[in-house]
Amino acid sequence: MSTPAPEDRPAPQDRLAPEDRKDTMAESAATPAAATTDAKRGPSIATRERRESSINPSGETPYLVVEDLAVKFPTADGLVSAVNGLSYSVPLGRTLAIVGESGSGKSVSSMAVMGLHDRKRTRITGSIRLGGDELVGLPENDLMKIRGDAMAMVFQDPQSSLHPLYTIGNQIVEAYRVHHKVSKDAAKKRALEMLDLVGIPNPQRRFGQYPHEFSGGMRQRAMIAMSLVNDPKLVIADEPTTALDVTVQAQILDLLNNLQKEFGSAIVMITHDLGVVAEMADDVLVMYAGRCVEYGTAEDVLANPRMPYTWGLLESIPTVSAANERLRPIKGLPPSLLDLPAGCSFRPRCPYVDRVKGELCSIELPELMPVDGAGAHTSRCHLHDKASIYAAEVAPRLG
Amino acid sequence: MSETLLQVRDLKMHFPIKEAAGLGRTKKVVQAVDGVNFELKAGASLGLVGESGCGKSTTGRMITRLLTPTAGEIVFKGTDIAQLKERELRPFRRQLQIVFQDPYSSLNPRQTVSNIISTPLRVHNLVKKGKEVARVQELLERVGLNPEHHNRYPNEFSGGQRQRIGIARALAVEPEVIIADEPVSALDVSIQAQVMNLLEDLRKDLGIAFVFIAHDLGVVRHFCDEVAVMYLGKIVEQGTRDQIYNAPQHPYTQALLSAAPDLGTIRGVPPKERIRLVGDVPSPIDPPSGCRFRTRCWKAEDICATQEPLLEIKPQSGPGHTAACHFAEPKVDLTAATA
Repeated sequence: MSTPAPEDRPAPQDRLAPEDRKDTMAESAATPAAATTDAKRGPSIATRERRESSINPSGETPYLVVEDLAVKFPTADGLVSAVNGLSYSVPLGRTLAIVGESGSGKSVSSMAVMGLHDRKRTRITGSIRLGGDELVGLPENDLMKIRGDAMAMVFQDPQSSLHPLYTIGNQIVEAYRVHHKVSKDAAKKRALEMLDLVGIPNPQRRFGQYPHEFSGGMRQRAMIAMSLVNDPKLVIADEPTTALDVTVQAQILDLLNNLQKEFGSAIVMITHDLGVVAEMADDVLVMYAGRCVEYGTAEDVLANPRMPYTWGLLESIPTVSAANERLRPIKGLPPSLLDLPAGCSFRPRCPYVDRVKGELCSIELPELMPVDGAGAHTSRCHLHDKASIYAAEVAPRLG
Repeated sequence: MSETLLQVRDLKMHFPIKEAAGLGRTKKVVQAVDGVNFELKAGASLGLVGESGCGKSTTGRMITRLLTPTAGEIVFKGTDIAQLKERELRPFRRQLQIVFQDPYSSLNPRQTVSNIISTPLRVHNLVKKGKEVARVQELLERVGLNPEHHNRYPNEFSGGQRQRIGIARALAVEPEVIIADEPVSALDVSIQAQVMNLLEDLRKDLGIAFVFIAHDLGVVRHFCDEVAVMYLGKIVEQGTRDQIYNAPQHPYTQALLSAAPDLGTIRGVPPKERIRLVGDVPSPIDPPSGCRFRTRCWKAEDICATQEPLLEIKPQSGPGHTAACHFAEPKVDLTAATA
């Protein structure tokens, strides 16, 4: 193999990400002393480029394929249908954001992917294929080999998802040694490498510290180091920044973005913050009452939404341009999962019900249909002229 | 409208911490709030923004005197209430009410809604015996709940509804100032907007002044006329909403604004430059010398470590717009991208 001439390989330089990462890392390591030594530093500035805008650009079979997933919990009050007929796919290198309110089934569905539900109390049907292998119905022992290795999870609250009585280093080493037959020293080396990679200054010292000695942002970094230690191809991040401050949130989002560029993993990001979605996601899936109500690329769903619930979510956010105007919240409350309304679940809160002929909305559950006849952007709504209603009525209010 | 209702002068809250430090036992304190000044006019709304640990909630609790400040004055309608005793404080408690962040832990689960809301009425002798339920129902209706539900317990309500109960409790004594401590941050987006609208109605219809404590910049921008940005126990920048959001002077404000994720890019607005702060907020036990923000600031020079910048009006900024920075400057490209 001959080394290509310098002009033949501009690609690594074009991808700004790893360099950005090293910059921020160098700075964070130097923080304590930097203020006095460096006379004038430039602000560390991050910009994000948009990625390709089709759901599966490569055309290969996506790494994670979820089909017709249903999760039901029998309870004393009846059967709770937490997730119903959910289908989505995430190719390697892409980020899918699952958006919805609490109780919409977004966490439940990803817990199902991870196989974290109590087997005795949960009924899971449908299909979850990870790299071609079916996960639904897999025995616990087989699942344990995959969980934490090929797929890993970053939880919302790093305070309660790290063990308070073990050192951070210990927990990362354990996660590594469960899946790799290596010596403690080799595992420690790997753990230190990971702590450094996620931008924790002074990994040697931090390795032996307990979670309470870490700040919130550092804990979340440690959490990420732990989930990435086995180089998973699928990372599920369940509200990874909800518990963090906005400046730290920005750091963590950058970190996830850069790590993804480096390792090319598929990310499923669960969040309720549409701003975070706009920054992170390639694809967006909006959930309501256990069902997918809209699915498409981030541009499709956020810039050209075709479902009244998505409109409502967007209108509920206080916008910059319309600072003095009254917010337009979605009226009412999400329905109980024990007793979903007949027809469309969103009907009781939907302001556009009377635009649909007859009682269609209260009789028939709308199918998830392509928005423009064809294409990957789908939504679940009986409205006929969604595009014109959005353009004429909703879009102007969004500013 | 222009009458000054509440004036806070050099307010400080230092929490002592016990730490056995061997022999020469040094007494350490957490400087949660360290010299905060602001004014609140009748019917106005002041936003306190900042990251966790910056002292915004502590400030709110001192104003309502749930905490006794270490030093400083809280002048409410001409009386300094900062060090008043419980008995003398009672008439002021009626006028300064607080709405808490967590609607789950701030309502007693063993009391009915009726009881929760009528307790302040009874404490302050505001209602005749037998008329309590009628008043409670009136208040429930005011906050958009079904008056028939007054005999229910908090667990029978959703998060947004509970927050309304908390608001009704604060309204019961007809206060002039409500301190809203992150009133919507525990709620889902669609519910958040409902509660925001309720607060806005109360402000318009009843003329209640608000101190609105939040970390969500969008919400503050929506609700507040005036904004104070706090960092590590101090106000670093203060001004009208437009001054803070359109022409931020302090590097921290600029970083905070640019870190907030927004939907702009997806709607075709070119991606804005984002200032990324490095590291975490330093410990308030041992804050940095000079400017407290200097350890994370890209503009920091030697002077920042030795001399604390004063919160003052900068030559380039508008009237009343103060910033505490040696190198305060507007950042034009940033505002262009946010607008």
